[in-house]
Amino acid sequence: MDIQRLHEILSTIWVVWFVLLFGGILAWVLRPGSRETARQHASIPLRDSQP
Amino acid sequence: MASYAEPGLAEPDVEAPVRAFAIATVFWGIAGFLAGVVIAAQLAFPLLNLDLEWTTFGRLRPLHTSAVIFAFGGNALIGTSLYIVQRTCRARLFGGEEMGWFLFWGYQFFIVTAAVGYLFGVTQGKEYAEPEWYVDLWLTLVWVAYLVAFAGTILKRREPHIYVANWFLLAFIITVAMLHIVNNLALPVGDGIGKSYGLASGVQDAMIQWWYGHNAVGFFLTAGFLGMMYYFIPKQAGRPVYSYRLSIVHFWSLIFLYIWAGPHHLHYTALPDWAQTLGMVFSIMLWMPSWGGMINGLMTLSGAWDKLRTDPGLRFSVTAVGFYAMATFEGPVMSIRAVNSLSHYTDWTIGHVHSGALGWNGFIIFGALYWLIPVLWKKRLYSERLVAWHFWVATLGIVLYITAMWVSGIMQGLMWRAYDEHGFLQYAFVETVAAMHPYYVIRMLGGLLYLSGALIMAWNIYRTVTAAEEEAPAALPAALPMAAE
Repeated sequence: MDIQRLHEILSTIWVVWFVLLFGGILAWVLRPGSRETARQHASIPLRDSQP
Repeated sequence: MASYAEPGLAEPDVEAPVRAFAIATVFWGIAGFLAGVVIAAQLAFPLLNLDLEWTTFGRLRPLHTSAVIFAFGGNALIGTSLYIVQRTCRARLFGGEEMGWFLFWGYQFFIVTAAVGYLFGVTQGKEYAEPEWYVDLWLTLVWVAYLVAFAGTILKRREPHIYVANWFLLAFIITVAMLHIVNNLALPVGDGIGKSYGLASGVQDAMIQWWYGHNAVGFFLTAGFLGMMYYFIPKQAGRPVYSYRLSIVHFWSLIFLYIWAGPHHLHYTALPDWAQTLGMVFSIMLWMPSWGGMINGLMTLSGAWDKLRTDPGLRFSVTAVGFYAMATFEGPVMSIRAVNSLSHYTDWTIGHVHSGALGWNGFIIFGALYWLIPVLWKKRLYSERLVAWHFWVATLGIVLYITAMWVSGIMQGLMWRAYDEHGFLQYAFVETVAAMHPYYVIRMLGGLLYLSGALIMAWNIYRTVTAAEEEAPAALPAALPMAAE
C-alpha cells in the first residue's frame, strides 16, 4: 500500500473517529443521572470561604 | 493570611504576583488603547506619523495589536488564571510565589523586547506573530513555565473535579504553545539578531500563519476569556453557572471545531478550494458553541438580573457576553465566501475584530478587575459611580467605533467592485480613501472614548488600592447567599 492510499484511509478513519469521540462525549455528559453531579460541580467556585 | 475555612489544611494562595498582573493589565491596557487612538488618528490625518520611521503606521500598528492582545489581554489571562486555578482547585500555585514572580517578570520582559523591536523595524512580518526569533524563544520558555505552574496546580488539587473554567484555561495554554512554536519555526540569518527566515514558504506559510492567527483568536481571545467568564460571572452573580452540562458540551464543541476555521482568512487565494470550503464550513458550525456559551453565560443571571442595576462590574461582564454573541454571529457570516468577497481587506474586518476585542475581551476584563481588585487588596472599591461612568463612556465608544467601521467597510468594498457602463472600475483607489475620511474621524473619537473610560478605571483602581487600611473590614462582603431566590 503506498503512502497516498494510507493517507486516504487514515483521513477517512479520522473523521469517523472524531464523530464517535464527540458523540461519546455528548452521551456521557448528557447521560441520565448526571444532572446532580453537574449541579455539584457547578457550585465549586461558590463553595469558597473567600468571596 | 489563611485563605480557607479548614484551619491547618490550607496554605495561603499565591496572590502578590496576581496583584502585579492586575496592575500590569491596567497599565498595558491604557498603553495599547493609546497606541490605537494614535494610529486611528494617523489614518484620518496621515501627517500625524510625524514623518519619522519609528512612528509610522506600519510600526505602530503591531505595537497596538500586541499591546492590547498580548500585554493587556495576556496579563489579564495569566493573572486571573493563576487566581482561578488556585481557588477552584483549593491548592496553592505549583512553584509557589517564585513561580508567580518569574511568570510576571518573564512575561513583561517579552512584551518590552517585542515592542522595542517593532519600533526599530525588527519584525517577522507575520500578523500577530511579529516578534523575531529571540523574543519567540524567550516567550516559549515563559509559556512552558506557565503550563507547568498551571497543570502542576491542577495535579495537586484538593477538589476532586476540575472546574470547567480550568478546562478552558488549560486548552488556551496548550494550544497557544503549539501555535506559537509551529508558526515561529525560523532560521536566524545575518550578523545581527533582527532577521530570520521562516521554515515554510508560499501558500503553506500563509496557511500556517492563519492557522496560527485564527486560533490565536479562538484560543487566546475566546477559550481563555471563556475561562474567565465561567469563573467571574458566577462569582459576581452569586449563582452557579446556568447549566454545567452545557458548559462541558460548549468546551468540547469549541475545541473540536475552532482549530479548522483558519482557512477563511485565505478565501480567493492560492489556497486550494477544498481547504477554503473546509474553513468556511467549520466557521459556520462555530455558531453552535458560541451561542451555547453565550446562553450559558447570560442565563446564569436568571433570578439575579436585578444585580445589573446595583453592580456595574457585573454590567461589564454581561455586556461582554452580549458582544461575544454579536461578534461570533458576525464572524461566521463574514467567513462565507460570497460575503467575504465583499468584506475581505476592508474596514468591516477591523470593525468586527473590535466588537470582539473592545466589547467581549475588554469588557470581560473590566468586569473581572472590578470584582478581583477589591478581593485581592481586601478593600472596598473607591467608587461605584465611576464604574458606571466607565461603562457608559466605553459602550458609547464601541458603538461609534463599530458603526463607523461597518459603514466605511461596506462602502469601501462596494466602491472597489463598482463598474461603470463601459466595464471600467468606477472609482480610483484614492477616491475610496477620501470617502472613508469622516468614518475614520468617528472611529478615532470612539477609540478616544474607550481610552477615557480606561483612564477613569485606572483612577478608580489607584484610589482603591492606595486607600487607608481602616476601610478593610468592610471590603469583604458577607458569605454569599447561595440560590436565595
